[in-house]
Amino acid sequence: MHLHDHATHGSMLDWLPLALIILLTVAYLAAAYAQRHKTADWNDWRSVFFILGSLLLAIAVAPPLMTWAHHDLVGHMTLHLLIGMLAPLAWVLAAPITLLLRTLPQAGGRRVAALLQSGVVRFISHPISALVLNIGGMYVLYLTPLYAASLHNQALHYGVHLHFLVAGYLFCWAILAEPDVSPHRLSLRFRLGVLFAAIATHSLLGKLMYGYGWPRNTGHSLEEVQAAAQWMYYGGDLAEVLLAVVLLTLWLKKPVAQRHALV
Amino acid sequence: MSSSASANKRSLWATVLVGIGVMAAVDEIIFHQLLQWHHFFDFSTPTFGIISDGLLHAGELLAVVIGVFMLLDLSQRQLLAIPWAKAGFFLGLGGFQFFDGLINHKVLRLHQIRYGVDPLLYDVIWNGIAIVLLLVGIWFYRSAKRLEHR
Repeated sequence: MHLHDHATHGSMLDWLPLALIILLTVAYLAAAYAQRHKTADWNDWRSVFFILGSLLLAIAVAPPLMTWAHHDLVGHMTLHLLIGMLAPLAWVLAAPITLLLRTLPQAGGRRVAALLQSGVVRFISHPISALVLNIGGMYVLYLTPLYAASLHNQALHYGVHLHFLVAGYLFCWAILAEPDVSPHRLSLRFRLGVLFAAIATHSLLGKLMYGYGWPRNTGHSLEEVQAAAQWMYYGGDLAEVLLAVVLLTLWLKKPVAQRHALV
Repeated sequence: MSSSASANKRSLWATVLVGIGVMAAVDEIIFHQLLQWHHFFDFSTPTFGIISDGLLHAGELLAVVIGVFMLLDLSQRQLLAIPWAKAGFFLGLGGFQFFDGLINHKVLRLHQIRYGVDPLLYDVIWNGIAIVLLLVGIWFYRSAKRLEHR
């Protein structure tokens, strides 16, 4: 029994991401609860989205799934989809920055607001930088020996997944520019154009991986790499179409007079 | 007058986009997944074909989403012009089918319709269907135009 525990679950460190997610969720819900007597109530849907994002992430980082992803490239892609695309979209819809600004005392709020206006945040939250971080990062990961290295190095492994999450969050936020106010005021057409570029480069990567057998030197068979590449291609479609649907649903919810023509 | 003309144009374009997306989805679901005639990757595809495939794929996916939301927007504004929408839908279906049959299969050589057979007959039927759909679209387009001038 004890032996089995140790062998399959490695160390306590494996449970750290899960503990952090639970902590963040409890903090979010407590802050949302504290808003109940304020002038404007916190929208319950936002809390639902945060919980949804946390659940998706929790499934992805739970040690059994992590172990599967470690051995199976298709499993890795499933994790990638959850951590890098679906969970961040749900979290963006939960407007965590707005909640943080409302919750913090004035001085803290000003500091966060200043941080949001800082050059670094403005730079990485621009749709094009978010695109490069997100999809460019995937090209670097899968078309270089980095992926093979991340299988053997625990810190690198965590780093890759944290990058998926942060880059995915920035990308979803940059495209939607809502409900947390974006530091940029970019037209809907521009953001749709960046989303177009993301789908194109993402599906191109799927084809390149399938056709040329990347990532290499991982001990995975060519069939497995191809299955993973196809799953990435179609899974990415699903997530990106979902993002487009959310973007245009938010657009359609605006009053008719404020809606700019799409085409 | 000019606002109704622009509503007509938008009704047409919205369904052109939906038609493109629907035909692309039919291609993907029936020919790639169910029949497995089309191949995900054809090793004789030139590099520029693989790159342009990514762009086309992105265009197809966004076309259907944008088209549907344009229709929802138009109908909320009560500006949806049904005769133009019908014309656009068939022009989109046929236009995509023709483009796929001519450019994707023959010029870019992304994949053939079916492997292990002589593709000529398949190409003729494929593009024949495209032309029929386009003719239906043109017929609806002309009748929409007639209605406008009445």
